[in-house]
Amino acid sequence: MTQQNRLSGGLIDRSQPISFRFDGKTFQGFQGDTLASALLANDVRLMGRSFKYHRPRGVFTAGSEEPNALVELRSGARQEPNTRATVTELYEGLVAKSQNRWPSLALDIMGVNDLLSPFLSAGFYYKTFMWPKSFWEKIYEPIIRNAAGLGRLSKQADPDVYDKGFLHCDLLVVGSGPAGLAAALTAARAGASILLADEDFVAGGRLNAESFTLGDNTARQWVSETVEELSNLPNVRIMTRTSVIGAFDHGVYGAVERVSDHLAVPAQDKPRQILWRIYAKRTLLCAGATERSIGFANNDRPGIMLAGALRTYVNRWAVTPGQSVALFTNNDDGLRTATDLISNGVNVAAIVDTRPQGTPVQSTKHLFGAQIINTKGHLGLESIEVRTANGSTETIACTALGVSGGWNPNVHLTCHHRGRPAWDDTIASFVPDECPPGMSVAGAANGEMTTAAALTSGANSAVKALAELEISAKPADLPLAEDAPVKLTAFWHVQGGKGRAWLDLQNDVTVKDIALAHQENFRSVEHLKRYTTLGMATDQGKTSNVPALAVMAELCGKTIPETGTTIFRPPYTPVSMGVMAGRSRGRDFRPTRHTPSHKWAEERGAAFVETGMWLRAQWFAQPGETHWRESVDREVLATRKSVGVCDVTTLGKIDVQGTDSATFLNRIYCNGFAKLPVGKVRYGLMLREDGIAMDDGTTARLSENHFVMTTTTANAVGVFRHMEFCRQCLWPDMDVQLISTTEAWAQYAIAGPNARKLLRKIVDPEFDVSNEAFPFMACGDIKVCGGLRARLFRISFSGELAFELAVPTRYGDSLMRVLMEAGREFDVVAYGTEALGVMRIEKGHAAGNELNGTTTADNLGMGRMVSAKKDSIGATLSRREGLSRDDALKLVGFKPVDKTHALNAGAHFIASGNPTDAAHDEGYMTSVAYSPGLGHYIGLGYIKEGSKRLGETVRAVNPVADTNVDVEIVSPHFVDPDGERLRA
Amino acid sequence: MIINHPLLGPRDAQEFTYLGDASLINRPDWTADDAGHQFYEYQYLRDNPAGEHRELWFHEQGDRSWLVVTRDTRTHIITNVELAPEFARKAGRSK
Repeated sequence: MTQQNRLSGGLIDRSQPISFRFDGKTFQGFQGDTLASALLANDVRLMGRSFKYHRPRGVFTAGSEEPNALVELRSGARQEPNTRATVTELYEGLVAKSQNRWPSLALDIMGVNDLLSPFLSAGFYYKTFMWPKSFWEKIYEPIIRNAAGLGRLSKQADPDVYDKGFLHCDLLVVGSGPAGLAAALTAARAGASILLADEDFVAGGRLNAESFTLGDNTARQWVSETVEELSNLPNVRIMTRTSVIGAFDHGVYGAVERVSDHLAVPAQDKPRQILWRIYAKRTLLCAGATERSIGFANNDRPGIMLAGALRTYVNRWAVTPGQSVALFTNNDDGLRTATDLISNGVNVAAIVDTRPQGTPVQSTKHLFGAQIINTKGHLGLESIEVRTANGSTETIACTALGVSGGWNPNVHLTCHHRGRPAWDDTIASFVPDECPPGMSVAGAANGEMTTAAALTSGANSAVKALAELEISAKPADLPLAEDAPVKLTAFWHVQGGKGRAWLDLQNDVTVKDIALAHQENFRSVEHLKRYTTLGMATDQGKTSNVPALAVMAELCGKTIPETGTTIFRPPYTPVSMGVMAGRSRGRDFRPTRHTPSHKWAEERGAAFVETGMWLRAQWFAQPGETHWRESVDREVLATRKSVGVCDVTTLGKIDVQGTDSATFLNRIYCNGFAKLPVGKVRYGLMLREDGIAMDDGTTARLSENHFVMTTTTANAVGVFRHMEFCRQCLWPDMDVQLISTTEAWAQYAIAGPNARKLLRKIVDPEFDVSNEAFPFMACGDIKVCGGLRARLFRISFSGELAFELAVPTRYGDSLMRVLMEAGREFDVVAYGTEALGVMRIEKGHAAGNELNGTTTADNLGMGRMVSAKKDSIGATLSRREGLSRDDALKLVGFKPVDKTHALNAGAHFIASGNPTDAAHDEGYMTSVAYSPGLGHYIGLGYIKEGSKRLGETVRAVNPVADTNVDVEIVSPHFVDPDGERLRA
Repeated sequence: MIINHPLLGPRDAQEFTYLGDASLINRPDWTADDAGHQFYEYQYLRDNPAGEHRELWFHEQGDRSWLVVTRDTRTHIITNVELAPEFARKAGRSK
């Protein structure tokens, strides 16, 4: 009872049997099978339920264009929904389940939708769930979402690794059928570098599916010999299991290689899939053609498939989908399926040929001028009803039916730059017209439908493409091949059938739906697509779009080319999200940057916080501290009492050198820098050209023509880019050079009344750091720890007596350890970003919350810093009326009237007595902190005319957090307003 | 896309950061009588052509060159790439 539909021959390895499970039942297949071919071999025709009506469906194609046979493959975290059984290679232990059915595939309760189909026509959702509006979110949408969709996600993290890679070649050949192989052979022998990609797991394309000969041998033998020659050439890379998914600009192609999809679990250290970015000087599209169906009543029963696919199962996989097969065709290619079945001893019940006459196929009933008007069968085909040429009807028993409505060239990639294909009447299909630059097309993809034409056009196109690269090649010797003309009489759908005639099987679109769209005036192809969902499923309508366009054209009384096509967009076949992400997931989503003291901080059990890509120590909890505030309060108090050390390496550092450096900085910063003395540091504020504050920091003049600028951590990259723009684009003749040295120097803030005492213990004795020799805002090159070069800056973010000490990064870890050891006698503490934040708020220093991209120098209370005596970026527009109005927001401090109240950032200020609404909004709180020294919360924020309102009480309201606190407007300088400490 | 860098040869567009219209090079003279108006136009008014467009690209993941790229916005065909300082000098900019 196993593999009862298996024939002899085929490209399967009978010495390697494989057992697998489908819907809980165990089956046998062979190495070389797909899940679809193995199921057909075991006479399983029913493989899924359709999307909308839950109609029973079976395999329809033998390739990536499959609309029906979608399964949930694998189990657990690797479970993958909507996997096409037709391209799923069989492996030992494969587990698959059918989808979109409950409780089982054979008995699907949702099949009731099929009975309701008169109500579920195209546009049903648009029309029905319009009203009442409130029902949408709570009632309609949950029900529809529950009923819709096909497979289910595992909802677990993908355990596999995905990768990305880059490839370069002279010629990319897409597809390894006769045209692709002839092209690759021609180009390879000329010495060009070739990539030959095919989505299948064996090369050969359609040649693997046919029984005819090439020269004196079978087609398969020629494929083997050709592939062997190509494999041995160093300039050729054959990439099977690789789908070229898109043609992008300038010869860039995307391709997905399924490295491990054919295995139960990827091999050790191997990715599941790779997303390749291919840079091709020339590309030859040899993607072949896809067969299309014919519309007739109940043409969707399991057992009905495309005639070419049926032939593929017979020849390649030695499987007949049924013991008695009928064919329905409008062209001679469909007849090949009949002759191949007959030569394999399979009964061909009848050939229903829509053409009025021709040469009949022997050993079967060949009915010319006939049409199938209905089919019958529960969960699978049992018989067809045929209307013969003389108008009589005849019922023919069969369990499989091959349908051929002709072949559509796979023009997709030629249209990825929005090119439109042209119509070719001889094959009644679209063929490539204008291709993306560098691309040409050969073989069936170009409408050259015979094997001989494919081979010749492949070879000749390769010669032509290489000639453009000045590589001379001559066409490879090609074997003699079939050259039968395409004998096709266009036939799209049967008129007057007795049931629904399906076009798009995956989205359940019928001929009647197209008629409805036409009737309701959704006649443009783009409207047709969206109204009926034609071609919007995972198969993108590969087998259905052209027949549907033909039906619409007929209804409109236009030709098909007049009706047009929708736009082809990448990807050609569905792509997993995993391979798009590659390695950029979880922790590796972006790089993590560690500060020089990171390891030391880790040893101390620091809590870390992400600031951009950096991980910074947030606080250092001591034994016994159970709440972060305890740690932060202690760090602040200890720093203000004695001394604290903080790693400030993450601030951007830009080295500025050249004879015009001072002039340059004078234009970058809104305040003056031209006259900054050597050995001094100055605070600088830079504006964007629109007058809004961009960034701030300190810049030190180390020598006449050498400055070191610091930026905020967050803006380091943007400021550097901006300065390069100014240097190169605005003032190209200035002698200025910039380099980012953020990573080159480890920098520590040493702050607190004992900062100098601590510093003296490590600075080499020849350097005087006394207040007289090294006053506030001094800077200079020094040496520490016995000869290590260092830079010292006397700057303070905390408001304390403070220095920033920088050493080459490789000494950063050691310096932290030395400072903490040397500081032991002063009870030195390390402080993190939280304490840093508390102290800068106490001091009233602006930071990212205040320089938030909407505020001006005037808002920051630094309006007078913007020099009117010089040109600087943003100065002119900062003087615009709207940015310097009298009632502008001003940065001030806030404290709660009731000191037990907490403050929160984001609260808006409303004058006492005014209602809480947007019209009475007077500003907002930007930063808050608990000040352990003051014993209550403090805040910084912007309020209209703030500097004139000191002492006034307003409400800080945060409707989101449901808080409403009376606050007093105060100076933003909560500690040491006169700056005595930092000058000590 | 691929940008043919004048110094480094063809480079993937992913290595670059895009800024926009190369007219940003023509920064007005701050001493002009109508400087405010000129800066307003410079900052806010840009052409958005369907066709040839000169634009600024920064080779951020490379040598930090600012480039002036002439690109057709309909086809992405790039017809010219210049180093921004050379372009700027031709436009009369110096120090």
